Amino acid sequence: VIETRASRIGLWIWAIAVFLFLWIPIVIMGLYAFNSSNVQSWPIAGFSTRWFSVAWHDPDVRSALGLSIRCGLAATAAALVLGSLAAFGLSRARFFGRNAISFIFVLPIALPGIITGMALNSFFLYWGIGLSIWTIVIGHATFCVIIVFNNMLARLRRTSGSFFEASADLGADGWQTFRYVTFPVVRTALIAGGLLAFALSFDEVVVTYFTAGAQNTLPLLIYGYIREGQRLPVVNAIALVVILVTVIPVFIAQRLTSDAGVSRR
Amino acid sequence: LSVDAARAEGSPRRGAFRALSRVSWRRPWLKDFGELGVPLAAFLFVYVAALVALFVSAFWSVDPFTSEVVHTFSLDNFSLIVHDPTYRRIAFRTIGIAAAVTVTCAVLAFPYAYFMVRVAGSRLRVALLVLTVLPLWVSYLVRVYSWRLLLNQDGAINWWLNKLGLPDQNIAFTNWAMWIVYTYIWLPFMVLPVYAALERIPDSYLEASADLGARGWMTLRRVIVPLAIPGIAAGSIFTFSLTLGDYIAPSLVGGPNSQLIGNVVFANVGIANNVPFAAAFATVPLMIMGVYLLVMKRLGAFESL
Repeated sequence: VIETRASRIGLWIWAIAVFLFLWIPIVIMGLYAFNSSNVQSWPIAGFSTRWFSVAWHDPDVRSALGLSIRCGLAATAAALVLGSLAAFGLSRARFFGRNAISFIFVLPIALPGIITGMALNSFFLYWGIGLSIWTIVIGHATFCVIIVFNNMLARLRRTSGSFFEASADLGADGWQTFRYVTFPVVRTALIAGGLLAFALSFDEVVVTYFTAGAQNTLPLLIYGYIREGQRLPVVNAIALVVILVTVIPVFIAQRLTSDAGVSRR
Repeated sequence: LSVDAARAEGSPRRGAFRALSRVSWRRPWLKDFGELGVPLAAFLFVYVAALVALFVSAFWSVDPFTSEVVHTFSLDNFSLIVHDPTYRRIAFRTIGIAAAVTVTCAVLAFPYAYFMVRVAGSRLRVALLVLTVLPLWVSYLVRVYSWRLLLNQDGAINWWLNKLGLPDQNIAFTNWAMWIVYTYIWLPFMVLPVYAALERIPDSYLEASADLGARGWMTLRRVIVPLAIPGIAAGSIFTFSLTLGDYIAPSLVGGPNSQLIGNVVFANVGIANNVPFAAAFATVPLMIMGVYLLVMKRLGAFESL
């Protein structure tokens, strides 16, 4: 231990301050969702759950929620297929250009979101493809693939190749090996990747704006309300729901991946 | 389960599967390629093609009378960006805020990560790690908006300031608000790589430093900080890149002089309907990031991503 007593106390204070900085805004946001007044001032006038029911019965909010869920599911499905295929292909790969290929999958999250959004927008414009739910799904899938890919690749790297060899030695063909060995090994990684991808898609707004056309996903709807300063109490209630819808899958995914899969040796 | 169940599943298709399995076992690259082909093709034909389309359309223009996109090559968009003082100012403002946010995140994150690695017990460390990452998954839009509630004239911050007998803050809708909000939103991206870099430093290095007569500060300056630099560089890629590409925060917590590159792109796609100009301006952060990544690579950022 090289730290003096004074510096340890200083570090404690610093850590608590940074921690509060990270969490106080989220907690305050949660409290405002139960604000009975429609004036956004502090302290909160009184507690009420009426804005949740106002939001729930609002047709705009409902259709936006429906669109967000449909986009999230479709983008997750696409990401699961593409991401796991890529992970299987690259997990054993030794060939030249391996890093270049994984770099391509990382690009959508490494580049500023506006570039991904703008690029897809130009692409659809170039081919004369009208913006619709499918262009939103394509946009979301591009940055969800990497989430599934990373989860699957990590799991496959931790799994010894001898499992698959043993399966073949015992007479299983490729499909049987997949069905009885590979799939059980990667199942939790697949579910975790899917949950994370859904959470990412569900609250994405930067890329979505450029691929959405006239429809509103839930984040786009909230964004519009906030910018125009309209219906802020409803926004607060929706915001809390969005937080829960994204954090709960992430929490489950975290639990699924922290239990070690099949370890090497 | 396995073998018996597998045998019971025998079907006419089995011969074909066996042949396929045999080929893929003998030529593993063929299997890898078969699996990789689909996602790779999807990315090349959509995403990479889209990036190319971005570049191509940046050289197009919009007919001022019909608002139709004209598909002829011209450098007008780029010369406007370079010569118009407004666009130049917006580009420099974006870089300036991105740099300020990056530095602030590094200053906040380093002692925090140091605390997690060397002061906190193992249970507290795991809890802090999870609770630091979790905000990243709370909707980014919601987190920006939460600062609007906090910074409001009659928001929580002014209420507390008044309780403490201090005057009101008036930083809502200014660049100061944007600086705070970006720091807040991207901070976890900085904490994680710095934490990873600090965790990798073996205790023996610090003991060796002490044995050689270095006091605490000397060890920090000469051993710990240099070893944490790649982590800080890795985190800075996120804080810098994400700020360059954002348009949400300026539109929610910024003021009239808070426009960033992202807002110009946003406005040109939406209201002004000048996609070619938006594409041209979007290449500016792309080029800045290219240069930035090269510099960070020299600092060893990619080894600690």
